[in-house]
Amino acid sequence: MNESIAVRMDGITKRFGSVIANDRVSMDIRYSEILSILGENGSGKTTLMNMLAGIYYPDEGFLYVNGKEVTITSPHDAFELGIGMIHQHFKLIDVFTAAENIILGMKGEKRTYNIDEVNQKVKEICDRYGFDIDPKMKVYEMSVAQKQTLEIVKILYRGANILILDEPTAVLTPQETEKLFNILRQMRKDGKAIVLITHKLNEVLELSDRVTILRKGQYITTIPTPVANEQILTEAMVGEKVTLDIERPDPVNPQKRLSVKHLTVVNQERIKALDDVSFDVYSGEILGVAGISGCGQKELLEAIAGLQNIESGGSVEYYDKDGNTKELVGVSPREIRNYGVHLSFVPEDRLGMGLVGSMGMTENMMLKDYDKGRSPFLNRSESSKLADEIKSELDVVTPSIDTPVRKLSGGNVQKVLVGREIAAEPAILMTAYAVRGLDINKSYTIYNLLNEQKKKGVAVIYVGEDLDVLMALSDRILVLCAGHVNGVLDARTASKEEIGLRMTNLVKEEA
Amino acid sequence: MTLTTFIAWICAAITFGTIIMFGSVGEILTEKSGNLNLGVPGIMYLGAIASLAGAFFYENGNPAPVPWVGAFISLVCALVASLLGGLIYSFLTVTLRANQNVTGLTLTIFGGGVANFFGGSLVKLSGGVGQISVGTTSSAVRAQIPFLSTALGPISTLLFSYGFLAYLAVVIALIAHWVLNKTRVGLNLRAVGENPATADAAGINVTKYKYVTTCIGAMIEGLGGMYYVMDYVKGTWDAGGGLEALGWLAVALVIFTSWKPKNAIWGAYLFGFCYWIYLYIPSSLSAALAKMLGAANVTHMQNLYRMIPYIVTIIVLIIVSKRKRRENQNPASLGISYFREER
Repeated sequence: MNESIAVRMDGITKRFGSVIANDRVSMDIRYSEILSILGENGSGKTTLMNMLAGIYYPDEGFLYVNGKEVTITSPHDAFELGIGMIHQHFKLIDVFTAAENIILGMKGEKRTYNIDEVNQKVKEICDRYGFDIDPKMKVYEMSVAQKQTLEIVKILYRGANILILDEPTAVLTPQETEKLFNILRQMRKDGKAIVLITHKLNEVLELSDRVTILRKGQYITTIPTPVANEQILTEAMVGEKVTLDIERPDPVNPQKRLSVKHLTVVNQERIKALDDVSFDVYSGEILGVAGISGCGQKELLEAIAGLQNIESGGSVEYYDKDGNTKELVGVSPREIRNYGVHLSFVPEDRLGMGLVGSMGMTENMMLKDYDKGRSPFLNRSESSKLADEIKSELDVVTPSIDTPVRKLSGGNVQKVLVGREIAAEPAILMTAYAVRGLDINKSYTIYNLLNEQKKKGVAVIYVGEDLDVLMALSDRILVLCAGHVNGVLDARTASKEEIGLRMTNLVKEEA
Repeated sequence: MTLTTFIAWICAAITFGTIIMFGSVGEILTEKSGNLNLGVPGIMYLGAIASLAGAFFYENGNPAPVPWVGAFISLVCALVASLLGGLIYSFLTVTLRANQNVTGLTLTIFGGGVANFFGGSLVKLSGGVGQISVGTTSSAVRAQIPFLSTALGPISTLLFSYGFLAYLAVVIALIAHWVLNKTRVGLNLRAVGENPATADAAGINVTKYKYVTTCIGAMIEGLGGMYYVMDYVKGTWDAGGGLEALGWLAVALVIFTSWKPKNAIWGAYLFGFCYWIYLYIPSSLSAALAKMLGAANVTHMQNLYRMIPYIVTIIVLIIVSKRKRRENQNPASLGISYFREER
């Protein structure tokens, strides 16, 4: 019996105020097994696991670890029981070295610590599992993949046997993901219990032994992976039949809308965020932009929208419907908007750019058209009509259009943001991470919105994280690698491997 | 300038520096836990008035006060009063999650008000302005090291002519440096100030760290107040707001040191050195400068000299912001209250 039960949860309930995050969930986690926890956003996956990790404390129910009933009131209790969690947002201190992060919060025999000894022990763990981490490196110098590796090393250093990973692949390239999966398989062989929180079906099917599905805080079922497929999983997750294909109509009568030439942007650290970027954008098509995070995607969109200083020599030319051209470099962001170039950027915290959290939908609509009309007083009626329209058309769940948007769930915030830009009838619509953190159903709503725009002849630039989606939705894919354009591929023929390779290695120049 | 005046200048700088060294080392610790306590002047006021009141009542109640007992009572009073200040701040910002800036500023106003109210009362009790004096206690606090303070001539004056609090300040700064950089507690504390959510997930009791550090920091700041009353103004009450100005200077010094207690030692003395320029600068140089700047009177120059510590701070801030090394920045979550279940 090497598949002995590591953790049993029995009737776990957790409430946040009046919201029930987990409703009497019972499930188990076994050693030598990779268990996936699958569910839409807000289905309570992370909350449930946070209770194992000691971040939250359950309101009701029992927890058994290795057959014994336990109460976990703090992360420290969780460590003692051998439970370690890798959070979606890394829990690392930027100004500390890898080794300092690893021993953080640990109790030692002595008050002081010997950093050389720690470095040595970290090296040993890295050698055993094949991790590539320099214990003396500062976290702020690390790549995302390195940070994630550090999190895993940290948990192993503390002797964890039960590892929980919260959406570990969200920020990784396909190659890095494959590497992570191999490490996880290695750890499974070592007899560790591994829990993978995710909403990506292909990962579930590829890696895990069993899948536990949660929906709206409730336990639905557990399926052994060999008998599962995408359709079964999705239906269990969403609770209804859904079609999984993203539609991709062919571009109709494409015309050049935007021509970017020799665009170079230098960021605050005096590093070239964009280096001599040139490409064209056509009406009626979706141009996908792929690249690992922080490769200049943000700077590219902002440069077009007029929010970045552009080094001399670069130009962004806008072609209107009659074929007239307009230079956008040096023009104020407001004028660029008036030409019909719209940016909806969804940052990591979703609110940061574009929406004001403490304002309601109406007021957020007004941010973009407060200067309409001649009266010195604000005209709320237009904006509230628009807010109402967006609310009903996009099915935004909010108590009222005057509820502060910060109180809405992520998906609804994104609908408001994208909806507002679409309502302005743009000629060019730029979206970044429009489906960031959204579940399948809501993501499809957004894809459909973008496709509708495309059919109307809008030129859509879509910056995305999920390569599968990028490949299914876009007509052409522009790959960014460290600020360079590393090829523009036809999305209908390109392979995932090729895109992944181009994201990490410069094909044209050095290689 | 003779050697004697130069040594006198440095001695004045060290006496002055000691006050703000207490203030800034206390505040560095506090800020390392992520609490931006702008109540430093108020807490120094609390420490100052408590130490004065303790000594005053002891000396008045005893026909023959023992100097060291007076100093001890004064010390305990200063520590307890500033601890209370730290507790008020921690309770409001950590437990009730009140805005840190507002709480700190209010604490400064509160501390100054309380201190000057009771300071005035003490002055009345002792018979009028300039009458209050706790000479016995003050002399014990200012007592110099026997033998060493005279044996080596100018070197003795330079190094050994101060009361015990001046040395305590340096010792506390060095201990703070050691704790922050070499111990597990220090590592955990820095983590709390950088990213409390991470510290929490690592099993560190964020609330406890914030409370304890803020209170210890406040007690160190209170010692600065005591030093001001007992040594700097020699056991009297100064209702002129001089202490508040020094409190703000201590806050500026925290940034100057880039949150490193070790730097607070020389930084504080440098501030003191700059502060006293207006008294010790050779008059010939002053006259020449006045002429160059077209000042009608040489004494006008003094007002300019008094700006020097602040100008130095601004220059250092500019240099630090240019260098942009992450290690020299403020703790990342400074000024932000932490609530675990926020979502």
